[in-house]
Amino acid sequence: MAERNNDTIKKILIVAFALCIVASVIVSTAAVALRPLQIANQEADRKTNILRVADIYEPGVPIDEQFSVVTPRVVDLRTGEYTDEFDPETFDSFQAARDPAASRTLSGGRDIAGLSRQELYSTVYLVGDPDNPDQIVLPIRGQGLWGLMRGFLAVKGDGNTITGITYYEHAETPGLGGEVENPRWQAQWEGKKIFAERDSVTPAIRLVKGGASGETEVDALSGATLTSRGVTNMLQFWLSPEGFGEYLARFRDDVTPDEAAETTPDFDDVEGA
Amino acid sequence: MSAVTPKGVLVTPVFKNNPIALQVLGICSALAVTTSMSVSLVMTLAVIAVTAFSNLFVSLIRHHMPSSIRIIVQMTIIASLVIVVDQILKAYAYEISKQLSVFVGLIITNCIVLGRAEGFATQNPPLLSFLDGIGNGLGYGFILMVVAFFRELLGAGSVFGFTVLAPVQDGGWYMPNGLLLLPPSAFFIIGLIIWTLRSLNPEQVEENQFQMKENTQPKEAV
Repeated sequence: MAERNNDTIKKILIVAFALCIVASVIVSTAAVALRPLQIANQEADRKTNILRVADIYEPGVPIDEQFSVVTPRVVDLRTGEYTDEFDPETFDSFQAARDPAASRTLSGGRDIAGLSRQELYSTVYLVGDPDNPDQIVLPIRGQGLWGLMRGFLAVKGDGNTITGITYYEHAETPGLGGEVENPRWQAQWEGKKIFAERDSVTPAIRLVKGGASGETEVDALSGATLTSRGVTNMLQFWLSPEGFGEYLARFRDDVTPDEAAETTPDFDDVEGA
Repeated sequence: MSAVTPKGVLVTPVFKNNPIALQVLGICSALAVTTSMSVSLVMTLAVIAVTAFSNLFVSLIRHHMPSSIRIIVQMTIIASLVIVVDQILKAYAYEISKQLSVFVGLIITNCIVLGRAEGFATQNPPLLSFLDGIGNGLGYGFILMVVAFFRELLGAGSVFGFTVLAPVQDGGWYMPNGLLLLPPSAFFIIGLIIWTLRSLNPEQVEENQFQMKENTQPKEAV
């Protein structure tokens, strides 16, 4: 084969440039063409998880049809009131947690879930009548052993009884911490109580090693101490007045919102507020 | 060396010249994605697609490739293909793409892909290169599936997600071996596979690079 000289500067530039053009056209075509499908997948996945944690998911029935009983609302975590400032369909609390105007920094002992930033508004999903919901699905997240774990917790309309928990994103060790996905482990959450005492606003729910007793204890994951600690911490954080505590107090008949307000942590160190 | 015939390039990489077992390439991802068989299968298909098409495209432009930037050119082709594969998985196999997470992206760094593009496709015609890519992808996938079979069976008691040995957590009798779900177990299994393959084909055994010297320590001084 007569060797062509491919190593002139002109040839190198032409090849590099042509390759970049071709490659970028292919990549962007694929990304743009498949985008709607991917977004639909993510949406369906999120909705499936919400339905699943509320235990009303039926395989085979179109997701959107099933989701019609669920009403998303945005809650102001500081007051526990609903806010109409954001559209619940499009509000992204993860995005908000990165926006200095819509989030606050957490530091030291208050940041037990390992979040470092927390949003001021969060989306909750009400199952049934929005004014008097059967179940409330709350988004929870926190550090596990290997990374951030994201999930949902479903609470009964009394703001105290847990009906289910699910994790849709985590990086825990399969078979050990990854057992947070195990339906048998998740099943034992049903009926557990978040708060031990009538007036308490400090969540009592936690994972315990070697046999849970009482209605605020759940069996820890065997062989996954740090994942279990992460689960406990994130629940203690999100269900306390730092998280959804104020909001849940509205549903609890045994705690008056005033009482909850007394123990409210200061939101003064809100950055950019 | 394998004969450069269409059948030869397709079959030899699976047993005789396996990229993982003989060339010991690409074992990083073999550790990560082999906890379950269905995930390994999708990973295998993704790697086959990327190796085959990167070989094809590299081979197509092999006469125009300036040798000074050829690795970058090959990497660009491979990276583009990997992104396309990743996008397709996210659109059509969302559940599995979530489990594979970053490992699809890491196909870019899989030594098999670049190794075949540089070692075979730059010197051979497109069709042959394409088949070579499929063959090496199959060789990679073969090991992946064997490793995944043992890890899933012994680590979780199931095959392709179907329970074979009912594990204790679900009220059965089988106590799953947690080690097999952790990455080091793949090392052991790959090691055993390499041992088996080299016992069957003794010509695969490499010469010792260094001869250990006899221990000539004198008698104990009293």
